[in-house]
Amino acid sequence: MTCSLGSYAQSAEDKGLAIAKERKLRDSGWGDSTGEMSMILRNAQGDEVERKMRLKSLEITNDGDKALTIFDQPLDVKGTAFLSFSHAIEPDDQWMYLPKLSKVKRIRSRNKSGPFMGSEFAFEDMSSFEIEKYTFKYLRDATFDGQASFVLEQVPTDNDSGYSKQIIWVDKQHYRLLKAEFYDRKDSLLKELVNYEFTLYLDKYWRPMRTEMFNEQNGKSTELVIHQINFNTGLSDNDFNQGTLKNVR
Amino acid sequence: MNNSWLNFSVNRPKTVIIIGFMLIIVTALGAKNLYFRGDYKVFFEDSNPQLMAFEEMQQTFSKNDGASIIIAPKSGNVFTLQTLTLVHEMTEEAKQTPLSNRVDSLTNFQHTWAEDDDMIVEDLVYDLADLDPERFAYIRNVALNEPNLVNQLISPKGDVTVINVSVNLPDGDLTAEVNKITASVKALTDKYKLKYPEHDFYHTGVVLMNYSFASFAERDFTTIVPFMFLTIIVIMWLLLKTAVGTFSTVVVITSSIAATMGIAGWLGMFMSTATVNVPTMVMTLAVADCIHVISTMLYAMRQGKDKKQALIYSLSLNKIPIFITSATTGVGFLTLNFAAVPILADLGNLTAVGVIFACVFSLTILPALIMVLPMKQLPKQLSNSKLGNTERFGEWVIAHHKRILPFTLVLTAIAIGFSFKNELNDVPTAYFDKSTEFRQSTDFQQKHLSGMINLDFSIFTNEDSGINKPQTLQQIEAFSQWLSAQPEIDHVSTITNTFKRLNKNMHGDDPDYYLLPNDRELAAQYLLLYEMSLPYGLDLTNQLDMNKSATRVMTMVKNLGSKELTALESKAQQWFLTNAPNLKLTVASPGLMFAHIGEANMASMLKGTLVALILISCLLVFALKSFKLGVISLLPNLLPAGIGFGIWGIYSGEVNLGLSVVLSMTLGIIVDDTVHFLSKYRHARMAGNDAEQSVRYAFASVGRALWITTLVLATGFSILMLSPFALNSDMGMLTSIIIVVALAVDFLFLPPFLMAFDKKNTKQELIHE
Repeated sequence: MTCSLGSYAQSAEDKGLAIAKERKLRDSGWGDSTGEMSMILRNAQGDEVERKMRLKSLEITNDGDKALTIFDQPLDVKGTAFLSFSHAIEPDDQWMYLPKLSKVKRIRSRNKSGPFMGSEFAFEDMSSFEIEKYTFKYLRDATFDGQASFVLEQVPTDNDSGYSKQIIWVDKQHYRLLKAEFYDRKDSLLKELVNYEFTLYLDKYWRPMRTEMFNEQNGKSTELVIHQINFNTGLSDNDFNQGTLKNVR
Repeated sequence: MNNSWLNFSVNRPKTVIIIGFMLIIVTALGAKNLYFRGDYKVFFEDSNPQLMAFEEMQQTFSKNDGASIIIAPKSGNVFTLQTLTLVHEMTEEAKQTPLSNRVDSLTNFQHTWAEDDDMIVEDLVYDLADLDPERFAYIRNVALNEPNLVNQLISPKGDVTVINVSVNLPDGDLTAEVNKITASVKALTDKYKLKYPEHDFYHTGVVLMNYSFASFAERDFTTIVPFMFLTIIVIMWLLLKTAVGTFSTVVVITSSIAATMGIAGWLGMFMSTATVNVPTMVMTLAVADCIHVISTMLYAMRQGKDKKQALIYSLSLNKIPIFITSATTGVGFLTLNFAAVPILADLGNLTAVGVIFACVFSLTILPALIMVLPMKQLPKQLSNSKLGNTERFGEWVIAHHKRILPFTLVLTAIAIGFSFKNELNDVPTAYFDKSTEFRQSTDFQQKHLSGMINLDFSIFTNEDSGINKPQTLQQIEAFSQWLSAQPEIDHVSTITNTFKRLNKNMHGDDPDYYLLPNDRELAAQYLLLYEMSLPYGLDLTNQLDMNKSATRVMTMVKNLGSKELTALESKAQQWFLTNAPNLKLTVASPGLMFAHIGEANMASMLKGTLVALILISCLLVFALKSFKLGVISLLPNLLPAGIGFGIWGIYSGEVNLGLSVVLSMTLGIIVDDTVHFLSKYRHARMAGNDAEQSVRYAFASVGRALWITTLVLATGFSILMLSPFALNSDMGMLTSIIIVVALAVDFLFLPPFLMAFDKKNTKQELIHE
């Protein structure tokens, strides 16, 4: 009796971790990518505003990815660039280039929970998925949008995370993240993310062309639309340092 | 047989009781559908401009209803290891408050400074391990020089600090949520009171005020209001000296209220802060109706009639005036449908229904119950043995009427003059007596920091990223400085403070650069850098909209009345017309919304009730079948309120939300006194008596009932004065005053007036008719 209960409890964590590892594995080896995307911010009233940006990403083995975001719209922040080195455990390194000042400013902030560009996506939502950032627990099987899925609970290991836990739906066939529920530090449901229009790249990597993040507490939402993605464009470490921020185009 | 339908109650009492109660029960069952709505929306029509402005602000920026925890170390210094540790820990735990979306405190203030070529954004007190005397001095210096903090989260002397919890209250009835939030905040404070006993804690904020309103109203409703009802019953019993009559009256009161609330439930109405008064209003007239029937019956029994004959006599004499009183009062209450406040229409409609029920039940169920229940025969009293006290008083009035009339006229004129000293004004925090915890907290806050009323100004550029334009920033800064200079305002939070700090940080913390950026793109990029550094819950969405086209300047206002608040709003609008005509300003906050609705409500209630009283007098022209008496009835109908408010003008001078309900509360009894006296008077006149004889008859037949009614109700309402909740205690006091004044007017003013101005003999009048 005790032995079987122990086995069951152990298998929930082990199974959760195994699924997370498989998910990570299937999205490994993509190298580098560039993309054009928009963020459409909506308030509870239905007003909306659009932000346009370009994104360059570099996959780093054994650590988080590097990302360079270049803002194109609104116009008065055009040319502003945001450089982020994700880390599995340590706080991310972040810099911003302000073209009006012609200066690179380091953002020395421990927070992960802040909103990215005023949107409903937090910094931690935008940085790369790393196994070490969470503990995992398999909850159950479920069907989401007609797709057989695993439902997992993942708990951030970083105290500066804005979340107490996330409930995620991962489809069984391709191990893509279909849906996520984010719970705030009061254990209240805060946000809900749903990915749409998955597209296959390089016969291996799935990317959602559209993502919606809905804030359940204040009625605001953000839609992330990817207009274009290109893989293996020849980016390297040299494209992701403070010096090159000044020369981004 | 004119009285055949009324005699039915006397001849077939058990049938009347059975049928009556079956109908009452069926009607009363609707009450199970009732629910209470205590939210602000019930006061407003959807098109109300203040509500629309407030909701627009709520949608554009994040909500900032809140609860404040005020912390006062006994040491008098917030910047110590112990106190900062307390604030730091408490801030973290306050994030667990239900529905909270933001917690602001001294320790988590997002402080910015320059370090080498970097700008650092970090909690003012991030790591408790770093604290040492040098660090305390640094923190103190930053806090006491930061305009976004002083008077908001830290007192100028550094002896008191605040933790503000912003909550995201849902639409609709907030009672459950307010209770949950309040319980959570108080539990948090209790915990830290034990852990850090060298500190005093206080609670203020809109949530705490809502909680206090609800809990005091509920407490009064379960203690003082029942005590009032009990007092009314006991005094009625003592004065009428009949247990059966008193019991029957209680049955009529209960049935009237139950049936009325049942109708409300069946019609899908909800209870609100206005309609909770309906039972009391219905009770008032039910008491009056029943006392008339019983008093006249007892009079007849003392004349030698048996119970049945006495009841028939009483009903034949009282049915017309009781019906007239109820019908005219009901019509009067229906005029509240013209009020600007939707729940007042409900109040009017329900009370109109209620007074009709009271009328029907007092003419049917009351006599039926009295017939069925045992009642001892009263000792016979010879008609000429001696005059009762009321009759003797009547004789005195008659004997001295030539002097009493001018005396009462002068007194009336003086009192009405004082009624103009009253001002419509609502000071929410003053609703709570100084002995209450909430009032002590708000007074402490006002003394050390600021009032607890927030007034928010939204500035719209209607232009993408319009806030970042240097010209706009200069205008916002000038407006913020103007606000800071207003004596009513204790604190201003404005985005321009942040811009100036960022500009300084970007120039190596050079104090000469504590200026607004002079370039639009520079401002936008500063803002983006800052925004990207802020943690969840401490972002700028409470101050800026998504598009950076609008900003909210948040102020803390002294605990003022509605007049000062609306005046401040007008001044601000005027400032914008003069200094920033290209920008649009809206002013909104719960406090301002209630300031406007309070004024609209009070004006509507006062006007509506006065119109009702005048309308009732017009109806009396037909009901009494005498144009002259109808016109004369205007005076005893209008004077009690005028004189009552004159006395209030001397005593207080402030008319708040609760007092606007007083005229409605007393309308029924005022009309009752007038109608019964005049109808008895007219009855005697029609019988061929002169004015003097008719006055004597009116005193003899209805005088006792009138003063019993007055004493019963005035004493009952005066019980409300025991409440520490001004909404109820002021209402109780003024209601008692007006009820007593109404009797005085009908006994001292009306009879001499009639004797002076109604001298034509009846036959001549009959010819004219």
